[in-house]
Amino acid sequence: MGLTKSSVGTRVIDKEKSFGDFREKYDAVVALAGNPNVGKSTVFNSLTGMKQHTGNWAGKTVASAVGVCRHGGHEYAMVDIPGTYSLMSSSKEEEVARNFLCFSSPDVSVVVCDATCLERNLNLVLQIMEVSKKTVICVNLLDEAKRKGIEIDTELLSSRLGVSVVGVVGRDKKSLGVLLDAVSDTLESDGAYRNVTYCDAIEDAVSILSPVIEKKISLRLNPKWVSLRLLDGDETLVKELSGFVGFDVLGDEDISLALNRADEHLRERGFFADILKEAIASTLVREAEDICEGVVSYEKKGKKERDRSIDKVLTSRAFGYPVMIAFLATVFFITISGANAISELISTFLFYIEGLFGKFLLSIGTPDWLYGALVLGIFRVLAWVVSVMLPPMAIFFPLFTLLEDVGYLPRIAYNLDKPFSKCSACGKQALTMCMGFGCNAAGVVGCRIIDSPRERLLATLTNCFVPCNGKFPMLIALISIFFIGGDGGFFDTLLSALLLTAVILLGVAMTFFCTWLLSKTLLRGTPSSFTLELPPYRRPQIFRVLVRSVLDRTVFVLARAAAIAAPAGLVIWLMANITVGDVSLLRYIADFLDPFASLMGLDGVILVAFILGLPANEIVIPIIIMAYLAEGSIAEIGSLDEMRRIFVDNGWDFVTAGSVILFSLLHSPCATTLMTVKKETGSFRWALLSAVLPTVIGIIVCIIFANLTRLFI
Amino acid sequence: MDTLTLDNLSVNRCGRVAGLLSGGAMRRRMIDLGIVEGTKIECVGRSPSGDPSAYMIRGAVIAIRKRDAKNILLVASSVGGNYGTH
Repeated sequence: MGLTKSSVGTRVIDKEKSFGDFREKYDAVVALAGNPNVGKSTVFNSLTGMKQHTGNWAGKTVASAVGVCRHGGHEYAMVDIPGTYSLMSSSKEEEVARNFLCFSSPDVSVVVCDATCLERNLNLVLQIMEVSKKTVICVNLLDEAKRKGIEIDTELLSSRLGVSVVGVVGRDKKSLGVLLDAVSDTLESDGAYRNVTYCDAIEDAVSILSPVIEKKISLRLNPKWVSLRLLDGDETLVKELSGFVGFDVLGDEDISLALNRADEHLRERGFFADILKEAIASTLVREAEDICEGVVSYEKKGKKERDRSIDKVLTSRAFGYPVMIAFLATVFFITISGANAISELISTFLFYIEGLFGKFLLSIGTPDWLYGALVLGIFRVLAWVVSVMLPPMAIFFPLFTLLEDVGYLPRIAYNLDKPFSKCSACGKQALTMCMGFGCNAAGVVGCRIIDSPRERLLATLTNCFVPCNGKFPMLIALISIFFIGGDGGFFDTLLSALLLTAVILLGVAMTFFCTWLLSKTLLRGTPSSFTLELPPYRRPQIFRVLVRSVLDRTVFVLARAAAIAAPAGLVIWLMANITVGDVSLLRYIADFLDPFASLMGLDGVILVAFILGLPANEIVIPIIIMAYLAEGSIAEIGSLDEMRRIFVDNGWDFVTAGSVILFSLLHSPCATTLMTVKKETGSFRWALLSAVLPTVIGIIVCIIFANLTRLFI
Repeated sequence: MDTLTLDNLSVNRCGRVAGLLSGGAMRRRMIDLGIVEGTKIECVGRSPSGDPSAYMIRGAVIAIRKRDAKNILLVASSVGGNYGTH
């Protein structure tokens, strides 16, 4: 669907009193049906152009999009009905689709199928042909199928189904013309239902009921199909049908008598309610399979074979896990090596802007305190955040989206399901963990893909153990400064990437540990069932990936960070400049926290920075530097060397840097993430736990790390 | 014709579903995936730690855990690997 009143045309159909009035205006009503995501809307839009409007006539709870299409001197009303897998009415969409096809009696039903998985689509085709006399099959995405090495014999399919089958390629006007030709040919034909033959017991029961139905309900409905639904005990259909024919169908004496006899016949043969449903479903499935035999052919060296060979390596016992780690390290390597260069360019540019902005403010006579707050407070923090955050993000996100686009992420979930199930959790948690690399808030929202509430909560609470993009720049900078210290050549970058990978793996290990801990304490339970589709590998659409990741993710995260950084910059500037006695407020609090902080291998200033950094992790380092320089604003730091000098001057050593890295990995997620947790779980207590748990673990880990290493150094 | 449960199907072997032993939500989910009596299932691989396994079901690759696969009863086909065998 995807069409709303606001997104399509002008004429609104509910001005017409009923569907009947509407029908009279056009030569024919054409229903467009199909499974979800088969390109149905693309076909619909190409056929109707801009001449669309949404229809919402009485009795319809879900609106169908309606468009007008002219062809060969005729005017057709095209109705885009909801995409469904079946007409068995197990969901709202299926009910709407079924009701339209049965009771609004479109003149022709066009079923759009996906050529890459025709067999699954045929299930719906067979069901629609049971209710619609005139059907046209539109096999879409033929080009994509061809690329996957799948050939469809549309002529054979047409002769097997006894209806027109048209192959269509995306928006190609010519093939759509052929489709419309088939529609008008079919309109002129007599048409007939295509009944599926079920097993003897069912066929016998139908033959008892069907003649009575035919006599009583002679309107445009297939008596066999109606009989099957009555035997099936489909309550929603009975209600709809009664309204349609104008009397209570089950209350009719003849019908209920025949229905009882047919039911008895079925029960004698062991066909109780569920068994009948399944027998009908499996007959359809087998029929679809038989029809596809010979219609669909796979090239020997088709994509499926290729996918399998790839999977044999990427999910193999020997290479599965190493390859995952290698991918991670490679992504970091590219991110770090690219980010350094861009970072310096941007910071030079932004500090040049600052100069101009400052001069301008001074030239119009801005008072000193306002100049300080605006330029040294807000602007500098903002500039810092942008120049430090943007480059790694602009590289990391597209790379990550690329992995997603290729289809690798579900394989990660597949590989990691066993360890997660050992923690009584769901393998899909691996997917939400991966989303957390971008942004923990996004990862928390992503937890919706997990069905079981308990497992969803486990994934939500442990999401922040993978560092989000706000933490990456800090981790990268500290690793480069204190643990590599070289000139930034190839091997230094490689070593940084490997160290960063190790830090991330520690975060992943913590995710497992806490998931396990929670599932043994607060969230006890057994793992629920798990099914996960491993989609075919696709060649990534690089342009789309770039646009999507830059616009959707990078700009969004950056804008959010900037929105928080600007007011935070002001607060930090104020704290550094308001003095209590002789010392600034910032220093005062830092001194107070110092004893505890040094136990963790940190100092008071660092701890204050982490607390103030709650709105956004990316401002932690700027706050630290600002406090150290005690000049009341963030310094202009051109290089990592300058950063290193400031840190060392303030007593940092390897232990300090290590502790900062550990604590930045293991502390409360940012305020946005916490609010998201509250929204998703509906509980303040879970949000609180998701802040306290990682912080407590971080404090413990830091204390152990600092004291152990100090023993040896 | 041997019957076995899905978790015992070796890699690159196929079978046809003979019945579902699970009930309730799991049974419905399996039917949604197209796993009904007669559906052909081929085991296409196992994850690095041996569980779950990946199965080709109606053209899609679906991962199913051992404890869920135990509830799917199969009749093994003698032919493995090829598509479109009946």
